[in-house]
Amino acid sequence: MTTKILTTRMGEHPSDSNTMARYLDTGGYATLKHALASMSPEQIAAEVKASNLRGRGGAGFPMGVKWGFLADSDPKYLVINADESEPGTFKDRQLLERDPHQLVEGIVISSFALGINRAFIYIRGEYAKAARRVQQAIEEAYDAGYLGEDIFGSGFSLDVSIHLGGGAYICGEETALLNSLEGKRGEPRLKPPFPAVAGLYARPTIVNNVESISNVPWIVANGGVAYASIGPERSAGTRMFSLSGHVNKPGNYEIVMGMSWRDLIYGIGGGIRDGNELKTWIPGGASAPWLVPEHLDTPLTIDDVTALGTMLGSGAVVVMDETADVVAAAHSIVRFFAHESCGQCTPCREGTRWLQDILERILNGTGRTSDIDLLLDVSDNISPGLTWPPAMTTICPLGPSATAPIISITMYFLDEVRAKIDGFEVAVG
Amino acid sequence: MSGSMNRAVISHWSPDNQERAAAILASYPEQRSAVMPLLYVASREHRYVTEDAMKEVAELVGISASQVLSVASFYTMYKREPVGDYLISVCTSISCHLLGGDQVLDAASSAAGVANGETTDDGRISVERAECIGACGGAPAVQVNYELIEGITPDKVTALISWLTDTEPNVVFTDEMQQLFGGERSFDWGPTESTGATSAVPAFAPYGSASEGT
Repeated sequence: MTTKILTTRMGEHPSDSNTMARYLDTGGYATLKHALASMSPEQIAAEVKASNLRGRGGAGFPMGVKWGFLADSDPKYLVINADESEPGTFKDRQLLERDPHQLVEGIVISSFALGINRAFIYIRGEYAKAARRVQQAIEEAYDAGYLGEDIFGSGFSLDVSIHLGGGAYICGEETALLNSLEGKRGEPRLKPPFPAVAGLYARPTIVNNVESISNVPWIVANGGVAYASIGPERSAGTRMFSLSGHVNKPGNYEIVMGMSWRDLIYGIGGGIRDGNELKTWIPGGASAPWLVPEHLDTPLTIDDVTALGTMLGSGAVVVMDETADVVAAAHSIVRFFAHESCGQCTPCREGTRWLQDILERILNGTGRTSDIDLLLDVSDNISPGLTWPPAMTTICPLGPSATAPIISITMYFLDEVRAKIDGFEVAVG
Repeated sequence: MSGSMNRAVISHWSPDNQERAAAILASYPEQRSAVMPLLYVASREHRYVTEDAMKEVAELVGISASQVLSVASFYTMYKREPVGDYLISVCTSISCHLLGGDQVLDAASSAAGVANGETTDDGRISVERAECIGACGGAPAVQVNYELIEGITPDKVTALISWLTDTEPNVVFTDEMQQLFGGERSFDWGPTESTGATSAVPAFAPYGSASEGT
């Protein structure tokens, strides 16, 4: 269970894993040279499809299948989603800062496979250091001939540049990202059409996450079947988990899926700080409904976690111990979504703000007995039935995401919410 | 479509920023894509996005000023009022919230003597509440001009603000500030960072250099 694909180089060469010299020294760009010289685009795409890699941005859609939807009409674009903003998630930042050439090599191989000559890396504006590192890698790659015209005499040309975001979480949604890249407000588009048919500038476009594309060099070097054989079926490969909150050893961990939550939180994460009791945790970023100790022995696979009515999402695990005030935690999450709502759809724009205001008054000691029903009613207007995956009255899943903490605190901690409303002191630790 | 920039529109910008604007416009398949990076260049020029700058960017790109405003007003990193030399962004999203981010924000506000979203009268320090800045493993975290400090505390952020006010660094370096005021980080090893930020505008090529520390 110690297989590492993405973090080998940065683990073994912590002082300079971001540089071209170290990348070349550890076999970097050899796969690209091999692919350009002796593989067809179709062969590469077939390896990626065989890998069964499911997108690492949160939705978990198979990358090879997504590639298969790309309409065959030039020009086409590849856009890398490096707008990592889901609260709890910081895995892509590490991949960008510590191994930017791995991403660049993945971009060149992927573009060759897809017949694309122009790629963009959309990096969130607050990732100043990550953007510098990637920019440096792009410049080094141009200088060395891995980017630009007629790469190594293959006849294949590719230009890559960074587009810096402006501090809007919603741009992580792929159609909002494309609007942003077009110089517009980051408002999600109605689908269909999907980006693979009409994306950037209404041209066929593939949008993939940083972690997904960073896996491509390994997949092409070792074969899709080898990748698919790592970990459980339907959750193939390694995966970056961002662990944070009340654990002893927070951080990013590249692990093979299939271990239990207990292994992750108590093994890898070193258990709960100060010897406290585990209260609850968020399994896949702030958008995901929470889990509680009775779920500790469920395996970490996309499908097992989905079966619990939540999701593995972006791989961000936020742990709360017995001292956590779950109403205040839910308020922090709801405030995030209210702040980040793009404002297009009424249920999200108005509903997230209502949820924030209601939680605020409960926290301030002025909550009303009817507020619990009101929270659920507003949530139900955003996401009818409060099921998972959520039904939507909105263009994108941002609004429904804001109902996740409401569902969680009313399902598992109703007494604590009630006690706050009733004005009693709650012993939380 | 590219390469036909009307330089007269921004002839009062610094030569460097004029060059950056030209390079940005030439780098996109369609000119409107240049709006966001041009707004960053305009912020470098004026310290924030002025009304005139929005008109200038509109003319460069070939859209209306109100379309530029629609973009500038959507994204939190475009400031339409002057920002201090040092923009302190305090994260209070879930992981930082659980580990004291709200107390860090309160301490930063009271040390600077300004409320959330405001700037000191002398134009030195701005304090804002930030939503998740991707430093959850090193929570709570703050950024100074988007340069990260992880594992901060209310006391340390107070010391940070005194240090900024007293020493007035021209460039803020993430490694230096982390060393002085930080604690546990999200990933606690790796190459050192020799570049930092000179202003509250994110900097990287082509409108800042990856190697010059701008």
